[in-house]
Amino acid sequence: MTRRHGGTSARWHAGTSARWIVVAGALAVVPTCRLASQDTSAIDRGVRIGIVYRPGVRPGMVMLPRKGIDSLRAIVARDLDYSDRFEIITLPGGDSIRLAASAPTGTTATPRKGAGSGRTQSASGSRTGGGGAQAIGSLNYPLYQALGADFALDITVAGDTTVATLHDVGAAGVRRAIRAVLPAATDRDFRQAAHRLADQIVQAAVGEPGIGATRVLFVSDGKVWQIDQDGADQKLVSSTNRQAMSPAWASDARHFAYMEFQAGKGWLYLQDMVTGKRTPMSTTGTALDFTPAFSPDGATMAFSRATEEGTDLYTINIKNNCCLRRLTVGRFSDNLSPTFSPDGQRIAFVSTRPGLPQIYVMAADGTDQQLFAPFDYGVTGSSNAPEWSPDGQSVAFHRDVAGTLQVFVLDVRTRTVRQLTSVGRNEDPSWAPDSRHLAFVSDRSGYRQLWIIDLDTGRIRPLLQVSGARLPAWSPRLSEAPSTTP
Amino acid sequence: MKSVSLLLVLGLSIAAVASSCGGNPAPQNTTPAIDTAAENQRVRDSIAAAQAEAERQAAAERDRLEQQRIADSLAALSRSGDEVRSMLGAMIHFDYDRSNIRSDDMGVLDQKVAIMQANPDLRIRVGGHCDERGSDEYNLALGNRRAQAAKQYLVSHGVDANRIETQSWGEERPLVDGHDESAWSQNRRSEFEVIGGGENLRRP
Repeated sequence: MTRRHGGTSARWHAGTSARWIVVAGALAVVPTCRLASQDTSAIDRGVRIGIVYRPGVRPGMVMLPRKGIDSLRAIVARDLDYSDRFEIITLPGGDSIRLAASAPTGTTATPRKGAGSGRTQSASGSRTGGGGAQAIGSLNYPLYQALGADFALDITVAGDTTVATLHDVGAAGVRRAIRAVLPAATDRDFRQAAHRLADQIVQAAVGEPGIGATRVLFVSDGKVWQIDQDGADQKLVSSTNRQAMSPAWASDARHFAYMEFQAGKGWLYLQDMVTGKRTPMSTTGTALDFTPAFSPDGATMAFSRATEEGTDLYTINIKNNCCLRRLTVGRFSDNLSPTFSPDGQRIAFVSTRPGLPQIYVMAADGTDQQLFAPFDYGVTGSSNAPEWSPDGQSVAFHRDVAGTLQVFVLDVRTRTVRQLTSVGRNEDPSWAPDSRHLAFVSDRSGYRQLWIIDLDTGRIRPLLQVSGARLPAWSPRLSEAPSTTP
Repeated sequence: MKSVSLLLVLGLSIAAVASSCGGNPAPQNTTPAIDTAAENQRVRDSIAAAQAEAERQAAAERDRLEQQRIADSLAALSRSGDEVRSMLGAMIHFDYDRSNIRSDDMGVLDQKVAIMQANPDLRIRVGGHCDERGSDEYNLALGNRRAQAAKQYLVSHGVDANRIETQSWGEERPLVDGHDESAWSQNRRSEFEVIGGGENLRRP
């Protein structure tokens, strides 16, 4: 996959302004899909919501219609939408738009295919006109500007090469042209390749990659499942009929760990997502081991072990599958649910030492244990399930508020907490790699299922429409699968 | 158990024989009076025959009752095994987010102590369970506390710790489906499961 910066905008000029007249006709167009913070309906319960959404501050993004690549466009468009970084501008009267915009393309389907090399040469400046000119030149920038668009995305396919051209509407030029060789739409790697393309587009627009090429592991009916972040391709990854819990990703996005009930104990397994091979951790099987967590360098696994003495935190060396080390000595309190800081230096965890479970932090070697998320003794409810954000700035967790659970975020620097949710019961938050989205479990729709919240806008969407899903674990960005590397 | 029931059967049989040989003479033990008048003899014979018949019927009835008693006591014996088993399996319950033994459950645990002491080969596993209200993963630690609390009670009352295993299921194995306090209160529990030496349970 290569990236190509858009060069001189001069070559995009050969516009047929005629077709934009048609578009203009359809332009009683208003930017739609303005997002609203959706988790505020329980403010009347006296709960303060930490999210204040100011509409209109995000750049507008419009996607140009193109024929013949509907599935690719749909995947990319949804990823851009779910990135929550743009005001997605839809073009009403899509048919007339499509007709106008794609008329040349539609009638020259075959030449367009053959024009792949031509456009490449065109990009290098040696050839103009023909397929190249109609494919990615000539946007009516003022028109899109009037629509509120800051970016216009044009995706074209020529031969085996897909080109995503991101136009900077304000600058009236091409911001970047991203070329990719995507697998056939029927290939099982197609969707992930499309997601990676979308992530590059987000990167080109706002400087940070999107979260299209990510997955969420979760538990349902005692089994571990995976699902793409856009809700597609749900698959079973459990390989036994034993009851499983607490899936956790390694930072390589290829391995994950989970706990399985077996012979009265809790066993920890490491599983390779590609080969499906699973390996029991060498020190497991003697006690109830649960809540595995990988250190960011992948060398260490921290976990909870329940024995007659209570529950305490331990680490093992993953590479050599050895060297059990105890980090906490609770005696009359339980210590569980470890999560590493992204620099690997600290571990946040749950401890019942204040009487109720609350969020604590310590150095990764077990020293310097201290309270992390402040609480009012005797007032604040139990706090559980911490997860450190990939950017290191926050720890998400859930806390009992008036008899139900709500998702909170701790600001690591200021050590202040804010409540994110208030509608229904909300628990077990897990960070997306962009550190602004959280997957969590909520019963707001009447049954427990997975939802995704964007912390910046407060927008909430369901990830699943089935009941019973829980314990989500959001993957890091998935590296390109070997089979899709050209 | 087997030897006990054999002894019991033997004892009951002896008792049955003893009672059939006692008090009232059995018909075969009456000596016919051959040297008296024929009429008297005939009357006596008929009376004796009637008596013998009555005795025979009574003996048969006694026999039937004894057999019934033996059968009943054998059934009772196995019922007492069932009873012990059910006492052993009786669950204890917990308050929300708590793992201390409630005072109303101490009698239930005292019965288990007595049963464990009356059956030295008996080994059990205590499973700690939680309701769905708490956090999924925290409930594994809480379930462990609940199993340990029950075990500690038994051990502190004289049961060898090696005879008791513990396990936490968190909220993964609810006893009752439902999302109200009635279901939750039944699901916050410790269960007791025989894992060895439970074939012939003696009453304490």
